[in-house]
Amino acid sequence: MDVLTLARIQFGGTIAFHYIYPPLSIGLAVLLVIMEATWLKTRNPVYHQMARFWTKVFALTFAIGVATGIVMEFEFGTNWATYSRYVGDVFGSALAAEGIFAFFLESGFLAVLLFGWDKVSRGWHFFSTCMVCLGAHFSAVWIVVANSWMQTPAGYHIVGQGMHARAEITDFWQVVFNPSSMDRLFHTLCGAWQTGAFLVISVGAWYVLKNKFTDFARASLRIGLTVGLVASLLQLGSGDSSARGVAKNQPAKLAAFEGLYNTTSNAPLTLIGWVDEKNEKVIGLQWPGLLSLLVHRNLHTPVTGLNDFLPGDRPPVKASFIFFHGMVGIGFALIGITALGCFYLWRKVLFQKRWMLWVLVFSALGPQIGNQLGWFAAEVGRQPWIVYGLLRTPEGLSAVVKANVVLTSLILFTVIYFLLFTVFIYLLNDKIRHGPDEADLKPAGKLALPKRPNT
Amino acid sequence: MNSGHLDLNTVWFILVGVLFTGYVMLDGFDLGIGALHLFTKDDAERRTLLNAIGPVWDGNEVWLITGGGALFAAFPNAYATVFSGFYLAFMLLLMALIFRAVSIEFRSKQPMRWWRQTWDIGFSTGSLVASLLIGVALGNIAWGIPIDERGEFAGTFLGLLKPYPLLLGVTTVTLFMMHGAIYGALKTEGALHDKLRRWAMRSILFFVICAATTTVATLFCVPHMTGRMRANPWLFTIVLANMLAIANILREFHHGRDWRAFVSSCAAMITLMVLFGLNMYPNLVYSLPNPENSLTIYNASSSPKTLGIMLVIAGIGVPVVIAYTVCIYWIFRGKVKLDRMSY
Repeated sequence: MDVLTLARIQFGGTIAFHYIYPPLSIGLAVLLVIMEATWLKTRNPVYHQMARFWTKVFALTFAIGVATGIVMEFEFGTNWATYSRYVGDVFGSALAAEGIFAFFLESGFLAVLLFGWDKVSRGWHFFSTCMVCLGAHFSAVWIVVANSWMQTPAGYHIVGQGMHARAEITDFWQVVFNPSSMDRLFHTLCGAWQTGAFLVISVGAWYVLKNKFTDFARASLRIGLTVGLVASLLQLGSGDSSARGVAKNQPAKLAAFEGLYNTTSNAPLTLIGWVDEKNEKVIGLQWPGLLSLLVHRNLHTPVTGLNDFLPGDRPPVKASFIFFHGMVGIGFALIGITALGCFYLWRKVLFQKRWMLWVLVFSALGPQIGNQLGWFAAEVGRQPWIVYGLLRTPEGLSAVVKANVVLTSLILFTVIYFLLFTVFIYLLNDKIRHGPDEADLKPAGKLALPKRPNT
Repeated sequence: MNSGHLDLNTVWFILVGVLFTGYVMLDGFDLGIGALHLFTKDDAERRTLLNAIGPVWDGNEVWLITGGGALFAAFPNAYATVFSGFYLAFMLLLMALIFRAVSIEFRSKQPMRWWRQTWDIGFSTGSLVASLLIGVALGNIAWGIPIDERGEFAGTFLGLLKPYPLLLGVTTVTLFMMHGAIYGALKTEGALHDKLRRWAMRSILFFVICAATTTVATLFCVPHMTGRMRANPWLFTIVLANMLAIANILREFHHGRDWRAFVSSCAAMITLMVLFGLNMYPNLVYSLPNPENSLTIYNASSSPKTLGIMLVIAGIGVPVVIAYTVCIYWIFRGKVKLDRMSY
């Protein structure tokens, strides 16, 4: 295989693996804040037990997230050196800001979150939990800003020519608030909140099924389903807004998402189907006019098709179509699951519906797969550009790196990541089977609750 | 250096230097503890050592991430050339850092002997390899690497393994071991504390031997790394300060003042980084055999606009980071006590 293919597989593979963990830590961080706040407010020790249990899962997730995340920062330079020279002026700033504003905050206060239970007061501990959560969100802000700049570059100008051309910042705030950044940030965060919530839901449902840790499990389901439903509904709005942004800023990508070849008004939305690339059409169940209505809010406004672009400027249609529709399908399924779950919870019948609980157990995979498909859709849909409209992917490669060294590191990463994933699943499973710690129901030391005067 | 006029590029040279100095000073002791980890066979002692760095190691690693990000932002050409040029070496560094990180987290999660043994080896090997490679990378930057007229690396992976960079690699390992043992002594008590003090003494001895060899090699073989010192003899006071700092570690240890010994060790590391930076300036990557192709803080930098924006970001961020980092070290001050939250 050529160096371009290998470098793309390596980057895609390492980032896809990395992306299992950050959404989980962002989502769990939000839930940790909610659990700890609930504990401090209600003084019900079950919430203390929950916070303790999920802190440990958070630590495991975070460690692998950090270990695999540092790879990403290095890989821009190792595999995509020409890209790095081209965008360093703009893109590098966002990465550096991520380090200064996000990673220090997150990892610094993580120390207190993990090891500070008996060292600081409850208030300070809660503050640290909030800071970890804030840091996790800041990291999403800066990395999504950087990636969105690659999708919809803004606030820059091109200086120099040929080999020496590069993008330089003209307006920092235009870079930060580039046309797609806020939509995509919110979309990514909703996905992360779903990821955290659904893991909590899944574990809670499993305990109910096994009739273990019942109080813990029910409290987990209540918190998880509430956050899950809110995040899933927000995700619907965010998805709509993101797709309209794509139609406006990256029409070739939207056309590939829907397999739309000819520019038409009354453009149909495919509910389920596949793309016949040879005959340039989509086969499947279509809803006429819905695409026009959704992206332009008007049945008669034409949606741009792929034929308006040169063949060399079109993204891979079949892959984009599948990733996008897979993500959307999962998104709707998650809304359905959480809505039904909340309904049963409200009718107080959830804990008797064993089939529903089994659905909830497996639902934890939904957001994870959705996140992966969403990112694949976003990145494959941007092709053949590495920076949309400015730099093509093959042009971004390192000039001096040979295929055999990329292959070597690719094989090593595959082996190591396979090992890491196995150990992660093994330890997570072990942790879940072991369950929450009984001792955490009686907080001791600095955590012990002061006696209320009237009891 | 023209001291009357401090341009943005120089400011960023210093800031990137500060970030990397922060990294070696802080993660240096984590890596040093890792390198020493297998010297004790006792599970409780190993756990104590791990928990000495437990709350702080990932915050310390962030200095490297932020340093890398700052290099990317401020000097993208140097970042691109070095990272693509040192491809395999940096991939190995990444894998070493991955093993170091996950081993700390995984080890305590199961009680089986084979399980703990495996991650002990992962932790120790990861730390050792990472320290060695950081030193080798610095050694290559100092010695000079072949760079063509486009600013691309023109050498090979094996070409990076010359004696001088390897010597610097070994020196770095001994330096980190010394720093780690001193930090360990600060955080432990009883028999383990005495053991760490002995290790610290031995590491100092090894480090002094390596450092002396490196100094001689630099004086005779790497003239461009001593040019500024020869031109400005007063800079030898920094060398003197470094030697005094090392000597002071022994003195403080003798009086049983571990905390001051650790501060001295930090001072020794800072002076070494200052010496490195002063002699490199204004080069970021020295080109050998064609010095005219060297990447400097001028030909490899971002636009003044970006450097200015980044300075604002650093001006807001760095003081805040330092403030809460100090708070967190303060919260976790004192000797390590193992409890049920420990690794």
